Amino acid sequence: MTIAVSFTAVSRHFGSVKAVDRVDLEIGEGEFFAMLGPSGSGKTTCLRLIAGFEQPTAGHIEIFGETVEGVPPYRRNVNTVFQDYALFPHLTIVDNVAYGLMVRGIAKAERYRMAEEALALVELPGFGNRRPSQLSGGQRQRVALARALVNKPKVLLLDEPLGALDLKLREQMQEEIKSLQKALGITFVFVTHDQGEALSMADRIAVFNQGRIMQVGSPEEIYRQPSSRFVADFVGASNVLPPDFTGAGRWASLRPEAIRFTKSGGRPARVVSHSFLGGQTRVALDAGGQRLHMLLPSADSRPDDGSDVQIAWSDGDLHLMDDGK
Amino acid sequence: MRSDRQHRAPLGLKIAAAAGLLFLHLPILLIFVYAFTTEDKSYQWPPPGYTMKWLGITWQRPDVWESLGLSVRVAAISTAIAVVLGTLCAAAVSRWKFFGRETISLLVILPIALPGIITGIALRSAFNLADIPFSTWTIVLGHATFCIVVVYNNAVARFRRTSASLIEASMDLGADGFQTFRYIVLPNLATALLAGGMLAFALSFDEVIVTTFTAGQQATLPIWMLEELVRPRQRPVTNVVAMVVVLVTFLPILAAYYLTRDGDQIGGHGK
Repeated sequence: MTIAVSFTAVSRHFGSVKAVDRVDLEIGEGEFFAMLGPSGSGKTTCLRLIAGFEQPTAGHIEIFGETVEGVPPYRRNVNTVFQDYALFPHLTIVDNVAYGLMVRGIAKAERYRMAEEALALVELPGFGNRRPSQLSGGQRQRVALARALVNKPKVLLLDEPLGALDLKLREQMQEEIKSLQKALGITFVFVTHDQGEALSMADRIAVFNQGRIMQVGSPEEIYRQPSSRFVADFVGASNVLPPDFTGAGRWASLRPEAIRFTKSGGRPARVVSHSFLGGQTRVALDAGGQRLHMLLPSADSRPDDGSDVQIAWSDGDLHLMDDGK
Repeated sequence: MRSDRQHRAPLGLKIAAAAGLLFLHLPILLIFVYAFTTEDKSYQWPPPGYTMKWLGITWQRPDVWESLGLSVRVAAISTAIAVVLGTLCAAAVSRWKFFGRETISLLVILPIALPGIITGIALRSAFNLADIPFSTWTIVLGHATFCIVVVYNNAVARFRRTSASLIEASMDLGADGFQTFRYIVLPNLATALLAGGMLAFALSFDEVIVTTFTAGQQATLPIWMLEELVRPRQRPVTNVVAMVVVLVTFLPILAAYYLTRDGDQIGGHGK
């Protein structure tokens, strides 16, 4: 596998703030890579380091094997879809999309043809003569995508591109971006704070916290085998259990759907409350002072709030974590 | 029908508004009327007769042309200086955070808040101290102090509305610094600069106080008019010139108003 982007011990400090702190990272060519983390965790700074808007305080970055230290953004074969889209308000849509081609000196007829192609790719054919202000949020998002993709970047960077869209549109764009990436085979680096988005779209996920990468892995790994309490807390709705509860001497995570009711031999617990989520119902439990929640199919019968029950799970579902952080 | 009736202003308010407008504009109309009177010693009402001859007489007075030329020259140069310096200053203040940024912002705006007479005296003593002889350039310097503010205010407002990510997006798409300035920054700034420049021009064109302190022997158009009023000879000539000044000042301000209608404040209007 060719390495598209590699970070070696990269740090970026702003004064005394370590926005990115000794990050090692390898993103493969054609990969859909998500950087997931709470705000201020360093994921956007990492994206800006790849784009060239930031320079590392220490460490080494390569894009397709070439060192990019000191290379300005306009000489990197990398394009960005900005969080606020950053469409040029004084240009028409087609001039927005053709901008990258224009500054490279491609003739007008040719760049308009390519821009129209790119607009067709994001399902906005014939929108070229409008202005950004005449478009809806979802349409602007597509224009921003077309404007980046028309330059045929080797890596496409997406900075929380779906944050401004409403839920339904967001889900639709998730699917479209995913299939666009599959069709084009371009490396996508996607920054988000939404774990559902990262899990559903990415081939691999890096979970960021306080400038450091906590875990890198496939969505399955991140979800099923979180390496730390932070990842378990942030990524899943997992139950994070202390060592004295598990009896295994280590912190553990337990997915809510792995817990079931049992008639006998289980751990005693009391049903605290329940919330209806549609297809599933979440039940909050108190097991000897430890809060737990479980997910039940809503069609199943459910004990009343306040009743005493016994719960169980198979040992394989209890995932022991490396550290207690 | 619908609620049209509720949107209609009551009669009292209408009368008050009309009275206010008359109060503001009737004197200006009077100036226009006197430009066509046959009587040239005093302002007699109603004018005994009407004539167009003052237009021709004004046209042939070399002192009018001289001061008009000086005023246009001073206004044009001050505006040019203000556009360059005001824009650069606005760019620095709104793009980067640096030590003393707020102070600089305040210091740039201060000249328009200071009474003109203070600016005038200060400049005059400074010129004297530095042994700079009074000339067109000393007038230009005096005018530039308040012209910069107007351009600066307009440019800062526009920079604030222009998202910083536009510049990053341009760089990201392959444009170097010059291309980004040429294709993104300048077009976004253009109407603000035009509006600021026109206001600056208009302010400079009718400035009296600072000019009296910085002009030496030369007379700009407003100064010339003041001098003319003192001598009751061919008075309507002054009115003809006044009419021209009103038009020359009014048109750019009107244009500036239309260009910045979409939310930008026209800063420093009150000098």
